[in-house]
Amino acid sequence: MDILSLLGAGFEVALTPQNLFLALMGCFLGTLMGALPGLGPANGVAILIPIAFSLGLGPTPSLILLTSVYYGAMYGGRISSILLNIPGDEPAMMTCLDGYPMAKQGKAGEALSLSGVASFIGAFVATCGLVVLAPQLVKIALLFGPAEYFVLFTVAFATLGGITSTNQAKSAFAAALGLGIAMIGSDSQTGSQRFTFDHIHLYDGIDFLIAIVGLFALSEVFIFLEHHRSSIARKSETPKVGRILPDFKMILRCMPSIGRGTALGFFAGVLPGAGASLGSFLAYSLEKQSVDRAGDTFGKGDPRGVAAPEAGNNAASGGALVPMLALGVPGSGTTAVLLAVLLQLNITPGPLLFTKNPEVVWGLIAALFIGNFMLLAMNIPLVGLFTRVLMVPTRILMPVVAMISFVGIYSITGSTFDVMLMVGFGVAGWVLRKLEVPLVPVILGILLGNQMEVNLRRAMTISDGDWLTLVGSPLAIILWVIAITGFVLPMYFGRRVRARMESNRHE
Amino acid sequence: MFKKTTHIAVAAVIAAAFSVSGAHAQSFKAENPQCIAPSNPGGGWDFICRTTAKFLFDLKVIEDSMQVTNMSGGGGGVAFAHVTKERNEDNNLIVAASMSTSARIAQGIYEGAEQDDVHFLATFGAEYGAIAVQADSKYETLTQMMDDIKADPRSVGIAGGSSVGSYDHIKPMLVAQKAGLEDVTQLKYVSFDGGGEAMTGLLSGSTEALSGDFSEMLGFLESGDIRIIAILAPERLKNFPDIPTAKEQGYDVVGANWRGLYMPAGASDEAKEFWSNAIQTMVADEGFQQTLEDAAMAEFNNFGDDMYQFVAGSIEDITKLSKEIGIIQ
Repeated sequence: MDILSLLGAGFEVALTPQNLFLALMGCFLGTLMGALPGLGPANGVAILIPIAFSLGLGPTPSLILLTSVYYGAMYGGRISSILLNIPGDEPAMMTCLDGYPMAKQGKAGEALSLSGVASFIGAFVATCGLVVLAPQLVKIALLFGPAEYFVLFTVAFATLGGITSTNQAKSAFAAALGLGIAMIGSDSQTGSQRFTFDHIHLYDGIDFLIAIVGLFALSEVFIFLEHHRSSIARKSETPKVGRILPDFKMILRCMPSIGRGTALGFFAGVLPGAGASLGSFLAYSLEKQSVDRAGDTFGKGDPRGVAAPEAGNNAASGGALVPMLALGVPGSGTTAVLLAVLLQLNITPGPLLFTKNPEVVWGLIAALFIGNFMLLAMNIPLVGLFTRVLMVPTRILMPVVAMISFVGIYSITGSTFDVMLMVGFGVAGWVLRKLEVPLVPVILGILLGNQMEVNLRRAMTISDGDWLTLVGSPLAIILWVIAITGFVLPMYFGRRVRARMESNRHE
Repeated sequence: MFKKTTHIAVAAVIAAAFSVSGAHAQSFKAENPQCIAPSNPGGGWDFICRTTAKFLFDLKVIEDSMQVTNMSGGGGGVAFAHVTKERNEDNNLIVAASMSTSARIAQGIYEGAEQDDVHFLATFGAEYGAIAVQADSKYETLTQMMDDIKADPRSVGIAGGSSVGSYDHIKPMLVAQKAGLEDVTQLKYVSFDGGGEAMTGLLSGSTEALSGDFSEMLGFLESGDIRIIAILAPERLKNFPDIPTAKEQGYDVVGANWRGLYMPAGASDEAKEFWSNAIQTMVADEGFQQTLEDAAMAEFNNFGDDMYQFVAGSIEDITKLSKEIGIIQ
């Protein structure tokens, strides 16, 4: 009951008019920033830091503002994924796969409200988990050494077959391409340059935001340019928005998916080396394997394919606060920024934070609960507004998309080189789409490739080059079993289920 | 050459009693000043910029608030090239710097860079390196660990927060060299992304020891998760008298990671003087000293000519050292 009284004290801190207003402002700005491709949660929080400081806010109000932006951006990322097929931030990538087909079928409203509810549940459960389990969860995170992290990333790539229903070879090619791109830059182990051609802008590798915006957003613009003269047929494509109020039957049907997505996402969030992108990816691909082995509905607008990754990425963002608060190790880019804020407010996260600064921790947790309810309340009515985007004619929408892409990328680094690189990715994305190569594995490779590599190399350094270290712990062996099952089962089941359906049809 | 390294620390003690000359009429006034942190938000460089921006504005040294820009890449090399190539005459720009800046100039990691390409403005603090083990480790003293390392250099894994050849790596190599290990490159150094991740490497039992800055270890020391077997300071810390120095255990190694700022070499002399005075005003402020203390940093001040000599010495030390242990030719 100790926890409840502490939480009560936290709510007392958070429920002042000023703090409520800050939470509301943070949620709104966060949603907006999340929805804009290029501007992700990390940038959103970084942009607002000077505002928090120049307003002279104390530690708790500043944290309330910034974490509301954090949660808000996680909600907002799905909006452009569903409506435009352009992920607003990297964890929202998986939401494109079924969200956009739903919007095309005229179910944009349902997709938005469903994902809003899924986000809420994911974030809510994760915040509860943060309250109850933070100290214990840290111990789980410490079970993962370099070898276990490597196997965890292997799980992600092994289950890749789960996300692309068409051609396995093409998705393997796409993943390899992504892994190759991830090799560019300074080798973080030794500092030597790889594939940088002495170009200083390449020293830190290619920012995956540039790749995402280029591959998804700009290639969409190119496709539009290609088709716009011959698009008389498009006129018949009057966009349907669909119902705006949430469809409770559909939400109920998706509850199990949301539950599984939440659990997986939270777990991925707690591991400092994994993060929200891996959380939403695992949530999607494992969900697909558990409910749609034959690959009939996923990728074609299955609501469960929207609910699972959205619950996953929001749960991961809550989970990522666990290592940040309890170990001082940021689990994601955004928590790294939040960590910086804490340090600047003279609060040192670490094992003693919960006992040394209880008012900060519990005020923050209370703020997360409040922000989460605000976001739900704000997002459901706003669905109607967001879906208006679909009414905007493509010839107006596409230039806007291009403009946001350019401004977004330029604002991150302030370098024209990155803008050119983004255009390059746009062309590459256009070519890959023509060849029907899925884009998600490319991003996944860029996103996870470096982590996977450095963890393998760390494991090898520690074991003096003994490969058996990769199966050296029970946890690693369990993860290998999951990886192999995830890789083999879809092939086997897919064939069998498809064969059975064929024979049913013949009868 | 080790005398040289101890000089850094001696300078810290001498410079500790630095007082600020009275502010005189300035012909230069900062307009829309900017501080570049050559890293992503959250690191030590980011801390330098944000702290400086806050104190200079609060102390009314600058009238406009200072914009902090994060320009990550190439371990600070992107920002260094940006300053030297595009902003060389900017009077309103300062850039965060630390031991890593001089180390990377010395090791040639910034393409063709030299000390004189920029104007090193000041140091305003330093923190000492430390070597830690898990609380229940068999190593009670640095000597026990060094005995094991001498017997088999691969038997002790040491985690650190940056790449091979970085200062976190050099510090244990120096100790091992003092202990009499012939080939210090044999040391098993495991590189992590940042001090926080390196700490998880130690806590999860992946490595036996951790080499890093003292401030990163403070929370875990107080919570009882780790034990610090040596601090690489000239003498025991005032607030932590129980932690032995490496020196008193027979390994005369001092590792001080300084924090400071540089600005474009082509800026006007008035601007250079303005910023130097601005930082001296900041250093004299009690609130700033409190912030340093909270971050477990020691006062460590160098300005003007002292600063130039200090950075030159630091680069020279690292160059010698890196050659000796074979990181550069």
